[in-house]
Formats: sequence, structure tokens, C-alpha cells
Amino acid sequence: MLDALLSAATPFNLMLALVGVVLGTVIGALPGLSATMAVAVLVPFTFTMDPASGLIALGAVYTGAIYGGAYAAILVNTPGTPAAIATALDGFPMAKRGDGDLAVTISCFASAFGGMVGALALLVVAPPLATIALKFGPVEYFWLAIFGLSLIAVLSKGATLKGLIGGCLGLGLSTIGSAVVGGDVRFTFGNPVLLGGIHIIPALIGLYCVPVLLNMVATDDPHIERAATGRGTRIAEALGLMWRSKVNLVRSSVVGTVVGILPAAGGAVAGLVAYSEARRTSRHKDQFGKGAADGVIASESANSATVGGGFVPTLVLGIPGTPPDAIILGALMVQGIRVGPQLFVEQASTVYTFIFGLLFATVLMIPVGLMIGRTAFRTISSIPKAVLAPAIGVLIMIGAFAVEQNPTHVVMMVALGAMAWVLLKFGFEASPIVLGLILGPIAEQGFVQGYLIGNASGNIWGEFFGRPISIAIIGFTLLTLLWPLWSDRKARATQKGSLYE
Amino acid sequence: MTPLNRRQFGQGLIAVSALSAPGILRAQSFPSRAINYIIPFNPGGESDVTARFQQPFFEAITGQSVVIQSKPGAGGATAWAQLNGFEPDGHTIMNTIVPHTVLQPAMKDVGYQTADINNVFFFHYTPDAVVVKADSPYQSLQDLIDDAKANPGRVTFGGSGTNTANHLASEIFADMTDTTTTYIPFKGSAPAMTAVLGGQIAAAMSYTTQGVKAGEQVRTLAVATNERVAALPDAPTFKELGFDHVGGAYRGVAVPAGTPGDIQQRLSDILQEINATPDFQAQMTAAGYEVIDVPLADIPAFIKERKAAYGPAIERLKSA
Repeated sequence: MLDALLSAATPFNLMLALVGVVLGTVIGALPGLSATMAVAVLVPFTFTMDPASGLIALGAVYTGAIYGGAYAAILVNTPGTPAAIATALDGFPMAKRGDGDLAVTISCFASAFGGMVGALALLVVAPPLATIALKFGPVEYFWLAIFGLSLIAVLSKGATLKGLIGGCLGLGLSTIGSAVVGGDVRFTFGNPVLLGGIHIIPALIGLYCVPVLLNMVATDDPHIERAATGRGTRIAEALGLMWRSKVNLVRSSVVGTVVGILPAAGGAVAGLVAYSEARRTSRHKDQFGKGAADGVIASESANSATVGGGFVPTLVLGIPGTPPDAIILGALMVQGIRVGPQLFVEQASTVYTFIFGLLFATVLMIPVGLMIGRTAFRTISSIPKAVLAPAIGVLIMIGAFAVEQNPTHVVMMVALGAMAWVLLKFGFEASPIVLGLILGPIAEQGFVQGYLIGNASGNIWGEFFGRPISIAIIGFTLLTLLWPLWSDRKARATQKGSLYE
Repeated sequence: MTPLNRRQFGQGLIAVSALSAPGILRAQSFPSRAINYIIPFNPGGESDVTARFQQPFFEAITGQSVVIQSKPGAGGATAWAQLNGFEPDGHTIMNTIVPHTVLQPAMKDVGYQTADINNVFFFHYTPDAVVVKADSPYQSLQDLIDDAKANPGRVTFGGSGTNTANHLASEIFADMTDTTTTYIPFKGSAPAMTAVLGGQIAAAMSYTTQGVKAGEQVRTLAVATNERVAALPDAPTFKELGFDHVGGAYRGVAVPAGTPGDIQQRLSDILQEINATPDFQAQMTAAGYEVIDVPLADIPAFIKERKAAYGPAIERLKSA
């Protein structure tokens, strides 16, 4: 262990961690350039390094990119990566009212904390934890997606009906293309371009960013409130807020680690689940969505924790926990490293060197994040909209194209963006639509696979309702849906009581 | 340098004019710049990994760099539909897979036809393999077949997607063993293996590479090769068990339509040379890949033979 710690701390490896985090943060901050892409771009360079150093570089870029997504979410209301969707919900309202610097600082500390929880879980309990990935079968993913969809009720406060309609629209969009299970071609209108379906990244950019851009051009207001001068990065204030919501911080980090272990879920699901739990248990529910620091803390600590969590099944079982892990797994194979339970024994020095490297990278993220965050906030809050709008416009075009070097995605992005802008005018938010789009395929595949398996064993009801983890998820779903009704009634009852006193 | 005398000059002239017979000169100077190697799947998959195995050898043979670019989407169809839109000069090459490029256009309009794919070489295949969890009650393929015969439809086979190579293999399996099993499609071979490890499905209709990757967590009941696979010495071949089934996912390299014949031949030669390198072979076999040589001249016969092998199963998938 000590050997590994020391070899992770060599100047070369520390430099790799630093460069990786900086590079990842910048890539993640640009809308459309995701963590997956950042890792994919770097992979060829790591083949010249020894395996542990290569892994450290990849892990650092990955961590940085997941964190970088927060900037665009907070400052532009566009999640830079899907993992930052829940960050935008409260981060942008904070920026709007002039607390953008605070939100960026909070997101940095929360990410570092979550990242460390995930990496420590990897360090200490990886092999037993990995079995969680195996406990989740098709049916569990189906219920997890349903639980995720129940968040629509949480996300669309005051406009539940519109939220539900938006969610259905997202589910509908998710069915376009050739179905993974069943192979049916749906809603492509004979156009082979649509066979691949609607890719989540262009959709994300279109649905969130285009309306922001159009509003930027259409209104006179400043995009976000400028910061009062001379108040620095508000570190003390951020740390104070974090200390006050330490329970939220720890819970969200654990949620993120566990969701990261699940191969079919990812940063987006982790952030949303942690966000909804934070809101459900908060004493100031009404603040969520209007700029609650707790929302940013929950989302950012959870999505960063998925990095360490995702490496658990990747290294222990050879099952990639998240899409970037799939690429790293391929890189390991090219390096000649066979993953699996024996990896922690046979290649112990490589593995532990990597895990310590990941921890160092997470720590380095604090100064890097604070510095880049401060620059990003100053830049976006001070440059005129006439420069900002076209700059973002160009970036998102490149981002949509870069996903698969496919010009069709740019067209899709613009079309969805125009749709989102019109819908926003009628009060339909982007988040329920995106939720439907992300969770639709998980729910659909889980349902069809579960149904086929249940049918084969002659016990469909038992398959869906008889498994312990399924029952627990169903319970949480009901809790999320019914809690507001119950607490409303309680509130009314106490009100009534006080009236008759 | 001494000035050329008349005789030397004459010889040189003859040599130059012979070389500049257009094809030879062009093929000699090919590749003249970096090769763009497009992979229609995500990085980390088998297509990507094997291309990265080839990369250094390709660069050593030609002295030009190889840039691997992934263009995933629709099970590879997105990239294959775009293949013939690239510059046909041999500097853009694309990874292809049979049966995918036979199966996809046969099932639906995917924007290309099997004949649109100009393959120059097939360099390996990942043999079909039946994989179960290590603690599965099925000790042998016969156990699984017995169970499937006693309980039609009860044995679940997981694989990657619907109307795909794994789906086709499970149809071929049902056909030759005269059993009825339930095929459960997953989003890729990795999630299918996860479901095997988690005990949600009875077996995976997968590839030898997946059996190798999962190591001691699984048992491979049968592999679709002529000889046993070096990386899985305990797994019998279908042939040993009395079933005539050899096949899997054959990976090749294709060029855009209109690429000159001599350049296609040169690419085929380069890829064959890589295949002959012991270091390359060692890397491939250790991971469960079977290296094969299907050079340019043999491609039409190879595709014809494969189409015939898939025919009945494709018809059944279509009518399903």
C-alpha cells in the first residue's frame, strides 16, 4: 500500500494528475464535449506510458470532465455533460441572482468531496461492493427508471400536468430509431438518418442551451447578475454552507458511489436521485429550483462519486460501470491488463497506484476548480451578450457535431432547441423532457427483458414484484410520490389546529 | 556523385517508365500520408481493441501513422451507410463485420446494401460461444440442451440486440440442437454477460472474447471454431460435440467504392503481413480472437459462403 502511495506521488504521476484534471475540467465545461469524449481523446496517448500512469491520466481527465460540466450548468443553464443536469436546476437560479461565484465554489468542494468518497470506496471495499452491480437485473433497472421518472413530480413544482406532458414527450422521443430489444424501426419516417435514434448529447444541448441563447438575444437583461467586486471566491461562505448540509453531502456521495457501480445508470441518474432525496428530506423544500445551495451540493457530490464507483465493477468484474469506463477498459486490454477479481492481487501495485493517483487528482481538483471557476464566472458575467451569444452558438454547434462527427446531430440539436424554446413559452420546462429521454430506454429495455425472462420462467408477477431490491425501489418511488401529499396534509392539519387554539 | 553515362541513363529511363505504369508507382508510394481508420463502434469494444492491436504494426510496415476514429451508431449501420461517401484513395479505411453487414440490410432499410461494402481483407473472427456462470447447473452443453428439451422456452439466452449476430447464432443453435430457447436482447455483449454473472439469465450467446474476459467467473460450454481456442483450453468445440457450427463475428477492413484495385491489393497485403507477425498473433489469441486470412481475391467467395450459412436463420428471423 505504502509503495503504491509513493509511486502515485512521483512528480511524473502528479503532473499527469494535474494536467488531466485541468484538461478534463475544460473539456467538460464546453457544452457537448462529454467525459466519454475527453477520455476517448486521451486514450491513445496513454499507450506510451506504463499502465498505472496511463490510468491516472485517464482517471484525472474523467474526474475533471465530470466536474467541468458544472460550470456550463451553473453559468449558462446548459449541463456541459449529462451528469450535470441536476446541477443546473439550482445552480443557474443562483447565478441569475448574482451568486454564480458561490455556486461554482460550492460545486468545486462538493465534487471533490464526492470524488473522494467514491475513490475511497474503490480503495477499501471494491470487491464486495462490485456484487451490487450483479444484483441489478433488468427488472431492477426498470424500477430504477420508474423511480427516476417519479422525479418529474419533484422537478415540475406547481405545474405537474405540464411536467408530465413534457416527460411523455421525452419518452416518445426516446422511442425513435431502431429498438435495442425487438429491433423494430420506429418513427424514422423512412429516413435511415434517424435509425440511430436521438442522441442524448445533441438533445441535451438543444433542449437546454438553445432556449437560453434565444432568450439572451431576445431580452435586454444581463445574462447573469455580475458579482459585486472584490469578494473573491467566497470560500468561507461555501464551506459554511457545506458544513450545514453535511448529511446531504454524505448521503449524496454514497448515492453517487452506489449508482456509479450500476452499469446501466450513470452520473445523470446519480445526480437526479441525490437531488430528489435532498429535496425530499429538506426542511426548505420550496427553495429547491429557486437557487438552493443544497441542490448543487447534492448533484455535484453525487455525480463526482460515480467516478470512483464506476471503477468498482470495471476493475473487479470487467463490467464497465459508466460509458467512460468502457473506454478505459478497452485501453487496459490493449495494455495487456486482464481485469477481474484477481487483478487486485496480481496487479496490486498498478491498481493501488492508480487509486491513489485518482485521490490525488481529486484533491488537485480543488485549487484547479476554484481557479478555472473564478475565471469562467468572471468571463461569462462580464463579457457583453453580443459576444457571449455567438460564442456559445459556435461552441454548441461544434459540440453537437463532435459527438459522432455527424452533421445530422447539429440539425437535430437545432430542431429540438427550437421546439424547446416554443414549449418554454407555454410553460413546459426542459428537465422533464430530458428525464424522459434518458430514462425511457432504460425503462423499456428493463421491462421487455424482465417480461421475457418472467415469461420463460412462467412467473411474470414474481419477476417484477418479488425481488427484494425491486421492492425497495418501488417503496422509494411511492415515498417520493406520496410524501408531498402527506406533508401537505400534515401542514394543513397543524394550520387548522393553530387556528382553533 | 559521378555524372550518368549514356548507358546508365538509358537503364534509368527504362526503369522509370516501367515503374510509372500508373498502378505500380501508385501502389509503391501508398500510403503517402496518415491513414484514417474508422471504427463503427464505441472505443473499448472488440472492433476498437483489435484495430489498436493492428495500429503499431501497420505504422511499422508503412511508415505512416494510423488515426483511429470511432463513429458509432445503429449497431454500426451509421458508419457503413457513409462508407462510400469518403475519398476513394485508400487513406480512409473502415472496420466492417460479417454477419452484421449481411444481416442488417436483409432485415430493414439501413441506408446501405451488403454489396456496397468493398471489403479488402478479413483479419480475424470472434467465435460464437455459449457462456454460463461458474456455479451454473449446466456442466456441459448437453445439460443445457437436455433442460431446453424438457422445458421448451425455459432456457434464456442473452445476447447483444435483436436481429444481430448473437441473435442469429441463437437461432442457428436452436435449429441444430432442435430445441426452443428464449432469446433476451441486451444493449451490447457486456450487459448480457453482466446478466449471466448476476444469474438473471441462464446463458449468454456471446463470443470467446467475453468468456476470456470474465475468466473464472464463468464456464464456456462450447465454442464455434475448428480447433479448441488457445485461451479457453477447457471449452469444447461444437464440432467435438457433434454439431457442425463454426462461425462468429468476422472483422474486416473495407474501402470506399472506387478505390483503385492496386491500392486495395496493397492494403490487403499490408493487413496480411500484420496477421503474419508473431507478436500480433500472440496478443490476439491471448484475448480469445481467432486470426484468419481472407485476402482481397478470396472475398467474393467468402461473402457468398457466409450468406449461404446465414440464409435459413435470416429467413426465420424475418418471419418472426
